[in-house]
Amino acid sequence: MLSSRSQIRLIALILAIVGFSITWYKVDILGIPLYPHDKRSVYNIGAEISFIGQHESALISMAIPPEQKGIRILSYDATSADFGFTTAQTQSGKRAEWSKRLVDGKQRLFYSIDAIIDVHADVKEENTAAMKLEEETLSDYTKPVLNAAQTLLEEIHQHSAEAHSFTALLIQYFNASNPSQTVKMLLSQNSEDMQGLLYRLLRYEGITVRKIRGLYLGETQHNQSLIPMLEVYDNERWQLFDLQKGKIPRAQNFFIWQKGGVSLLEAMGVKESKITFSVSEHRVPSGQIAKHEKMLKEAPLLNFSLFSLPVSQQNSFKHILLIPIGALVVVFLRILIGLRTSGTFMPILIALAFMQTSLVVGLMMFIIIVGVGLIIRSYLSHMNLLLVARISAVVIVVIAIMSVMSVLSYKLGLNEVLSITFFPMIILAWTIERMSILWEEEGAKEVFIQGGGSLFVATLAYFAMSNTLIGHLTFNFPELLFVVLAIIIILGTYSGYRLSELIRFKSMV
Amino acid sequence: MFFANPFALKRRGILGMNRRNVEYIGKLNDRKNFPLVDNKLKTKRIAEAAGIAVPRLLDTIKNQSELKKLHQRLEQLRTFVIKPAQGSGGKGILVIVNRDGDDFKKPNGEHFSLEDVHHHISNILSGLYSLGGKNDVAMIESLVEFDPIFEHYSFEGVPDIRVVLYKGFPAMAMLRCSTSMSDGKANLHQGAIGVGIDMKSGRALNAVQYDRPISYHPDTKHDFSKLAVPHWKRILHLAASCYEITHLGYLGVDIVLDKQLGPLILELNARPGLAIQIANDQGEIPRFDLIDAQKENLSVEERVTFSLSNF
Repeated sequence: MLSSRSQIRLIALILAIVGFSITWYKVDILGIPLYPHDKRSVYNIGAEISFIGQHESALISMAIPPEQKGIRILSYDATSADFGFTTAQTQSGKRAEWSKRLVDGKQRLFYSIDAIIDVHADVKEENTAAMKLEEETLSDYTKPVLNAAQTLLEEIHQHSAEAHSFTALLIQYFNASNPSQTVKMLLSQNSEDMQGLLYRLLRYEGITVRKIRGLYLGETQHNQSLIPMLEVYDNERWQLFDLQKGKIPRAQNFFIWQKGGVSLLEAMGVKESKITFSVSEHRVPSGQIAKHEKMLKEAPLLNFSLFSLPVSQQNSFKHILLIPIGALVVVFLRILIGLRTSGTFMPILIALAFMQTSLVVGLMMFIIIVGVGLIIRSYLSHMNLLLVARISAVVIVVIAIMSVMSVLSYKLGLNEVLSITFFPMIILAWTIERMSILWEEEGAKEVFIQGGGSLFVATLAYFAMSNTLIGHLTFNFPELLFVVLAIIIILGTYSGYRLSELIRFKSMV
Repeated sequence: MFFANPFALKRRGILGMNRRNVEYIGKLNDRKNFPLVDNKLKTKRIAEAAGIAVPRLLDTIKNQSELKKLHQRLEQLRTFVIKPAQGSGGKGILVIVNRDGDDFKKPNGEHFSLEDVHHHISNILSGLYSLGGKNDVAMIESLVEFDPIFEHYSFEGVPDIRVVLYKGFPAMAMLRCSTSMSDGKANLHQGAIGVGIDMKSGRALNAVQYDRPISYHPDTKHDFSKLAVPHWKRILHLAASCYEITHLGYLGVDIVLDKQLGPLILELNARPGLAIQIANDQGEIPRFDLIDAQKENLSVEERVTFSLSNF
């Protein structure tokens, strides 16, 4: 029988070997890159449709993206539980269709696309002559409104050269910080959105235009809806216009999901149907892109990996998998260094918040919230409340501080502060409570030691967790968590001195 | 050099926090026995049952409804101490040294009305002073009349004697004296002074404040080298007998000296701190190793005799 110490070492060794071997297999055999550099971004663009079945047959139809210039679609995937799935070519473009005889309860369907930005990707421009657009007469407008619109269009016509500059100027008029009477009147006209209104005005002017909806590829996004845009033809080429920013270069990173004005989602036989989009970025080496899809299908190991989850869940896991790294930092600083913090794992949660807010803004917001919280808490302590009531009061105070800070900074134009909502409120309330008790019992010095210690640990954890290589490794090789576990187990049996003790016992040697 | 050489610390047998947690507390202190020391009411019951001297328990208040009759319950008491059963670090202790009708007096002369006492007990019951805010019980104890022998070595508070027991053997001892910096409390990390006590004679060895050596009390200016603890053998005997009731192999015992009753057990601690080593200028490990080499199941008397002659 092994001694308990050797048993622990054996377990740690096995864990480390398992972790490293799976990693080796994935790197060497499956060719997943160990380092994040020398890569291209593959964007996974996912649509999530949710609805509630009505105990009858359902047919869900969604517009799917066309081939496009500048962005190459590598593959698509429809996760559709037990629905029948087909794609159909319609007049207004391709559509995905899910159907089922009997649908009950809340259902979700996923459709996702892997795409890369590729300047060489090109498509034939559709024959614009064939685009038959019915004439727009704005006949539903009342006489004065129609007159005003005509005057406005005439004015813009005078100040512009061709279709593109006309559109740019029109958008500028509609986005002026102080819009003219006519614009206000048109905007309040009817239920049409900005895209529809501009579309009709352009049509009335006789310009060839179509509605576009899509997404910017870039940073990771959840729960997005498609961004409406307009595309205008000037007899030579199509130009994309953002409804706020106006003319944008044929945006390399704007992914067109749908062209034309037909509905994005049609759902029959269900209620409360809703569609949201998410974008996530993966770094894949250039050479791997072609193999990527094949590999996913063939390797059973990857078939059950995080890559097989829907995109929005993958994004959550990117964060969850970083928590063990934060824990490792805390274990290291506690056991080997002997740093005092307020709350063992509070620094990890703060570090997670820092990842959303950026470090400097996060540190400032933390100090402000806790500082103001401590002042208010010191008043609460005079009221001699019972513990649970007092902490609940502090939670409300924290939320109030956060709201006030958000509103104030938004008015001042400091948008970074809006990310304040990522701070874990309950944890902040407990931190304030603990620090306030510490202040009363041990004095301000101890509060600064522990508060500073916590922020120091949170900052280190932030640097570890936001490191690109570490982020890449934890997400692509989650089995390395076994190695982290092995290290933590070994550190848990460390019985030597802490660095802080070498100072503490200095006088004895 | 800013840091001590870890090998030099090891040679001196100094116990560090990690080793204390893994090898001593983890191995010798059975978790199921922790409540016996973390809850002072339980400690007192088992101590009284075993005939170990403790301050007398006058009353306990377990729930808020009992507070309605607080007036009657305190009627007969002139001096007393109110404590939370599960408090730690001296939190929530209220000392009453005199009364005037329904008005109570604290040691610093401050007045405390019956209503204030009521409120204090209510806070104890709702868990203000207990770990993690658990509901607690308030204990009313008789006031210890402190032996004036340590008067010159303490500022506003009362010194207590901490004995570290290893497998029931007294392994190391110190006297903890409050200072103006520690605000009358005997907690070393708050600025109280730790005075290492020679196990053979009960005389002072060495004194430290904030982990640094010091030779006289900063408030009273009295020299620590003249200090000697009376009833020394009785104190060790009392401390060692706590092993039989708790079965915790690594235990801190806090003792106070009463003018009439002599040494009394104030509190037990299953996670004693490491500062006692600095106060004694001695590592604990060599003493623990020597105790490990002794026979098990020795009587209290035999253990005390061993410590008196070996440390």
